[in-house]
Amino acid sequence: MNAVKLKKGASSFSAYDLKNFSGDTEETHTLAVLVDNEAGVLARVIGLFSGRGYNIESLTVAEVDHESNRSRITIVTTGTPSVIEQIKAQLSRMVPVYDVHDLTVEGPSVERELALFKVLGKGDKRLEALRTAEIFRARVVDSTLESFVFELTGTPEKIDAFAEMMQPLGLEEVARTGVAAIARGH
Amino acid sequence: MSRQMTGADIVVQALKDQGVDTVFGYPGGAVLPIYDAIFQQNDIRHILVRHEQGATHAAEGYARSTGKPGVVIVTSGPGATNAVTGLTDALMDSIPMIVLSGQVPSFMIGSDAFQEADTVGITRPCTKHNWLVKDTEMLAETIHEAFHVATNGRPGPVLVDIPKDVQFASGNYISPAKADLGHYQPRVKGDKDAITALVELIEKAKKPVFYTGGGVINSGKGASQLLRELVKATNFPITSTLMGLGAYPASGDNWLGMLGMHGTYEANLAMHDCDLMICVGARFDDRITGRIDAFSPKSKKAHIDIDPSSINKVIHVDVPIIGDVGHVLEDLLKIWKSRGRKTKTADVKKWHAQIDQWRAVDCLAFKNSDKIIKPQYALQRLEALTKGMDRYITTEVGQHQMWAAQYLGFEEPNRWMTSGGLGTMGYGLPASVGTQIAHPDSLVINIAGEASWLMNMQEMGTAIQYRAPVKQFILNNERLGMVRQWQELLHGERYSHSWSEALPDFVKLAEAFGGKGIRCTDPADLDDAIMEMLNYDGPVIFDCRVEKHENCFPMIPSGKAHNEMLMGEEDTQGVIDSGGAVLV
Repeated sequence: MNAVKLKKGASSFSAYDLKNFSGDTEETHTLAVLVDNEAGVLARVIGLFSGRGYNIESLTVAEVDHESNRSRITIVTTGTPSVIEQIKAQLSRMVPVYDVHDLTVEGPSVERELALFKVLGKGDKRLEALRTAEIFRARVVDSTLESFVFELTGTPEKIDAFAEMMQPLGLEEVARTGVAAIARGH
Repeated sequence: MSRQMTGADIVVQALKDQGVDTVFGYPGGAVLPIYDAIFQQNDIRHILVRHEQGATHAAEGYARSTGKPGVVIVTSGPGATNAVTGLTDALMDSIPMIVLSGQVPSFMIGSDAFQEADTVGITRPCTKHNWLVKDTEMLAETIHEAFHVATNGRPGPVLVDIPKDVQFASGNYISPAKADLGHYQPRVKGDKDAITALVELIEKAKKPVFYTGGGVINSGKGASQLLRELVKATNFPITSTLMGLGAYPASGDNWLGMLGMHGTYEANLAMHDCDLMICVGARFDDRITGRIDAFSPKSKKAHIDIDPSSINKVIHVDVPIIGDVGHVLEDLLKIWKSRGRKTKTADVKKWHAQIDQWRAVDCLAFKNSDKIIKPQYALQRLEALTKGMDRYITTEVGQHQMWAAQYLGFEEPNRWMTSGGLGTMGYGLPASVGTQIAHPDSLVINIAGEASWLMNMQEMGTAIQYRAPVKQFILNNERLGMVRQWQELLHGERYSHSWSEALPDFVKLAEAFGGKGIRCTDPADLDDAIMEMLNYDGPVIFDCRVEKHENCFPMIPSGKAHNEMLMGEEDTQGVIDSGGAVLV
């Protein structure tokens, strides 16, 4: 027997580590997933992410083609490049999935999110809120003497920025749709 | 051909049209209409198991040993939840299986009705796909699609949940040929450029090794033939995972034995030192790789797999080839031959000489005893006495499973049924019954440990009822042997709950079921006792009393590399540090 003897206390690594051969840096990717609009399809996709420990930053879903019964799921996710590749491969092999597009690497794309902001306030604060909303091109969709509801469409960053501005001006409640994204050009 | 019939009749007709001859199942309230339809026909044989988990493992044994999908029928609620372990097992080992579950009537779904469970919700993560059929008109097409999904691409289990009112109502039956099978069509042909890149690596390799897995078996007998041809023509050494045993014959000249945690010294060192690794239908499981960052550091790696998500999941490979093993090997041989069948013959010969030195270590040697039966010896004798027979082997999970993989030789694919990925104790007995039902005239042996075997022992009743003469070869050490081994090596010899103080008398148990019991305690009696088992025409429980504290070697401890194997007891002092203890 000439087995290799090991030193006690030698370093040891988890066999389950997904060793990041393509770098440790986390990246954010926007994926467009075209699926059959069948019962449970969203649960399947979400279950894949939770079951395998992937992140979901944002997720939107709606039927986009009634005729052929297709839905489009837009997922913003973060992970190392190898994890992102795994996510795409795992999504692609699901039975109700037609196609997976990584909009982040497939060329320029546009991303938009819609948000509603309820802002409470009187006097100067109220005026300041309205002025700021104009700068951001947010629309007033509801108003009372002591409140506004603003509607804003834009990139997630723009919506974050608007929320930050509104915080001291009486921001009470935010509703966001999550990101919808599409490739530029044709 | 389209005609009106009840949902229950549609189920039976669809199974017939899919070529199903056997189903494994257990009736209950929500599947009574289907059982009524089964009662009124003679084309499909129904095997009544004793527990739904048994039905799933029996179907796995049937599927693995025939290459056809296994079919299971269970009722709603507990019937379906009992099938979950078998579904997960089949998913991990890529076994094609169709489970049809009854469901409460569709108008009662969501009302917490008697024996209601959210079956599609519960089984979503443990099936390849599943369906709830709410309309009898959709039933035939859904069942045909279920067979299509289970058997195409990477095979796996699927489930069709059928509410009771859908079984009673009438609908149109459509044949498989007319059914819309959806858009699920995984590619089977590999990319020619990638295959050519692999051929170039084969031509240049000095220390190549084939690392093959269950994907070769799943691809069909033709894939195993092509693999044998390729190995012979290139003279490259070959090793296999637990799931792939039999694709290349154990008696073949280039065979290194199984690799991995309990693989042979020569197989693991060949994997560690090779300069070209050709992975065929395997998935770099953690039982195979050991420490990831020390895995085969000097090799170029090629990976043939039908599932794109297997590529680069654990190990980064240089040449990925997505496709069915059989199709890819066929193209690979064609291209390699057309380029003049080149290999570095002299270098490969030197590589074989190196491997022969490792082989000379004789890593499977063990200290035999004339007083007590060593488990390794029991399997060596079983191998010697059954060699050349028309033999199928199933196993439970644990030390006995590893020893069976080490000491038994498999010459053909589909002869070895074991729970690899999930490691399901209780798999072997029902799997042996399913295998025997598919091959009534063959010898079917379940290599078992007493603890695993007890987990589904009720299936002895099934074996007796259907006169399935399965041989239950129990290596009885009165311990949970693999747990005990890890407690010895990793947990300071504190044997927490890893033995049983109240085991049944297995001989009396066999007799109680209506089978034959044999007990053997003396190595001198072993051959005669095994022959008595083989010669008995009926189910046998063989209580083989073995050494209680035997450990399974060689062993790559968790978190270690392929060249850090433990070869025997003398190597085990202080080798596993606390970092390794957290791994399984």
